Amino acid sequence: MSSLAVQKAPSAAGTTGAAQGRPPLRRRIALVPTLTLVIGAIYTLLPVAWVVIASTKSGHELFSTFTFLPGTGFADNLKDLNAYRDGVYWKWMGNSALYAGLGALLSTCVSAFSGYALAMYRFRGREAMFNILLAGVLMPPIILAVPQYLLLAKADLTDSYLSVLLPQILSPYGVYLARIYASAAVPADVVEAGRMDGASEWRIFTRVALPMMIPGLVTVFLFQFVAVWNNFLLPYIMLSDDEKFPITLGLYTLLEQGANTPALYTLVITGAFLAVIPLIALFLVIQRFWSLDLLSGAVKS
Amino acid sequence: MPNTKRTRLVASTIAVALGATALAACGSSDSDSKTESGPVSLTYWTWTPGMDKVVDLWNKGPGKKDQITVTVKKQASGDTLVTKILTAHKAKKAPDLVQAEYQALPTLVSNDALADIAKDVGDAKSKFAEGVWQQTTLGTDAVYAVPQDIGPMMFYYRQDLFKKYGLTVPTTWEQFAQTARALKKKAPDKDLTTFSANDSGLFAGLAQQAGAKWWTTSGDKWKVGINDAATKKVADFWGGLVKEGAIDNQPMYTPSWNKALNTGKQIAWVSAVWAPGTLTTAAPDTKGKWAMAPLPQWSAGQSVTGSWGGSSTAVTTDSAHQAAAAKFAAWLNTDGGALQALAKDSGIYPAATNAQTSGAFTQPPAYFSNQSDFYTKAAAIAKTTAPSAWGPNVNVAYATFNDAFGAAAKNKSDFAAALDKMQADTVADLKKQGFGVSQ
Repeated sequence: MSSLAVQKAPSAAGTTGAAQGRPPLRRRIALVPTLTLVIGAIYTLLPVAWVVIASTKSGHELFSTFTFLPGTGFADNLKDLNAYRDGVYWKWMGNSALYAGLGALLSTCVSAFSGYALAMYRFRGREAMFNILLAGVLMPPIILAVPQYLLLAKADLTDSYLSVLLPQILSPYGVYLARIYASAAVPADVVEAGRMDGASEWRIFTRVALPMMIPGLVTVFLFQFVAVWNNFLLPYIMLSDDEKFPITLGLYTLLEQGANTPALYTLVITGAFLAVIPLIALFLVIQRFWSLDLLSGAVKS
Repeated sequence: MPNTKRTRLVASTIAVALGATALAACGSSDSDSKTESGPVSLTYWTWTPGMDKVVDLWNKGPGKKDQITVTVKKQASGDTLVTKILTAHKAKKAPDLVQAEYQALPTLVSNDALADIAKDVGDAKSKFAEGVWQQTTLGTDAVYAVPQDIGPMMFYYRQDLFKKYGLTVPTTWEQFAQTARALKKKAPDKDLTTFSANDSGLFAGLAQQAGAKWWTTSGDKWKVGINDAATKKVADFWGGLVKEGAIDNQPMYTPSWNKALNTGKQIAWVSAVWAPGTLTTAAPDTKGKWAMAPLPQWSAGQSVTGSWGGSSTAVTTDSAHQAAAAKFAAWLNTDGGALQALAKDSGIYPAATNAQTSGAFTQPPAYFSNQSDFYTKAAAIAKTTAPSAWGPNVNVAYATFNDAFGAAAKNKSDFAAALDKMQADTVADLKKQGFGVSQ
């Protein structure tokens, strides 16, 4: 636990430190890794580029002009999306922000509490509890959606905001990450020192351990935010009122309107484009927390 | 009705999970519809756009008088909605009214999700063609839904390009094949049309036209006839055309398909009455250049068509106000004003016979402004719709169709083998679900 190398492992900043330690021999481009990364980047960015460009095309241009040729209809698409059923799109956007923002925040809190407790305290059944949790990580949440629906139906909570929020607060993966991170980032010596100084357990957790866990918790928050933002099946089963739909469901109803009515492609594409902007912004803003390296200097062995 | 991968994933996931929880579910309840007084409020799951406006007519008119208020909850269409209804039904929380495609009715009825509304819909039966109404009774004395819209199949073609290449509109499938070959000879880079293996509904409609009966009952057993002679004929016909390269084998409803229609690479489309709506977005540049004709026939002089799409309004067993809900369902699909609004605001083609030539349907759709008798012709074709025969696991048959025919169309291999697989999988699933199946 006291080895610095082990503590550094989960932090993203660790890699740059290692690179600096090597003597700079000759600037050499590692061809295979670079190529692999470039191909990977193209593979993931191409669909995004497609959405960005397609959202600028009018219905006329969408399928008739060259795929990567920007169109002229972006303003009209925005206006149409805005006008669709009195701006229900923005309602969906707000719902998604609520589900993902509040859900991820609550989930991160729960993960932090339980992860810290599992890492720091020895109690009967700890390993058993952790193993069950690990099994939970392996279980795709999609399988739980229907049982959760039947459960919440008993409590008369279906078709409510709570029905989507509640099941997503407890994330086994979040707890797992928080435990691993807490045991690596919060040295037992520091906690012990806090106890010696007479701090309460709550105070040690909030003032000492929590700041050290921030980079890990940011990861948990981001993971959970993206998971909830992209979640489809759970809200699909839980909600029947389209005023409560998140953006994923809302766009799906625009696509599947029955055979009589054509799918509203331009609206869906523009809507999808706008829906990724918050995610990108979130990553850019929160990213810097990852480089926080609070561990160095906390304990010198 | 493009059946996306995601739709199927969702549907199958819910189906699996439902199976797992089926044991926990308790026995079915018998909620008798009682005549009652006092205000009633109903919820209605539908995917039809503009339905809220139509329902407003009810809430301000007849609904106000009877104190029955209906609230629309807009849903996404497709097989996933059926599974969503069944999931809600497991928790006894299904809405009062649901929109359901005809082929989904047996599934819903066999899960005890739909109420028998025979005594509450009055003389609604007289407003519909017999073949349409029969789909909502499943051949029993019960009535499980009121028909809303139908999708009689038709043949659409580019009038200008047919003239340019000297082609005549085929009236039989034999002529259709010759037309495809003639076009290939004159313009090798063009295709008459495509055989899309991602649209089970289209294939089912074509088989229905040929006289296929995929699901029938004898006694208390189901009989599956997916690989019967009629369907085999249809499969071999299209498989042959794909194999010799006379038509394209790419799926429909993709950007490249839209492009093919819009640029005139494909010059005809076997579709249904709702095609103008699809063409408006898929091929906006060719507006006014298309024309509609009856579907080619299997033997000259016949006039039969299949149906592709169409849906009904049903009342669930979970509804505490089944009689009130049935009253609304009957009004929605038979009242002149309601049908008028459905046609105008939602763009549906009504199942009610007298609505097919009235009001909104005296003018052709804007996309077909060149064919002034579009709806007169459509109504005449609708009358020739062959009876359909749906069973309780259409979703399974359709899913197998997508896989088996998708591979066969891509590899240009034998369609008959794909058909046999569809038959085998459907029978196996019926048995697995506990239905009696006669061979």
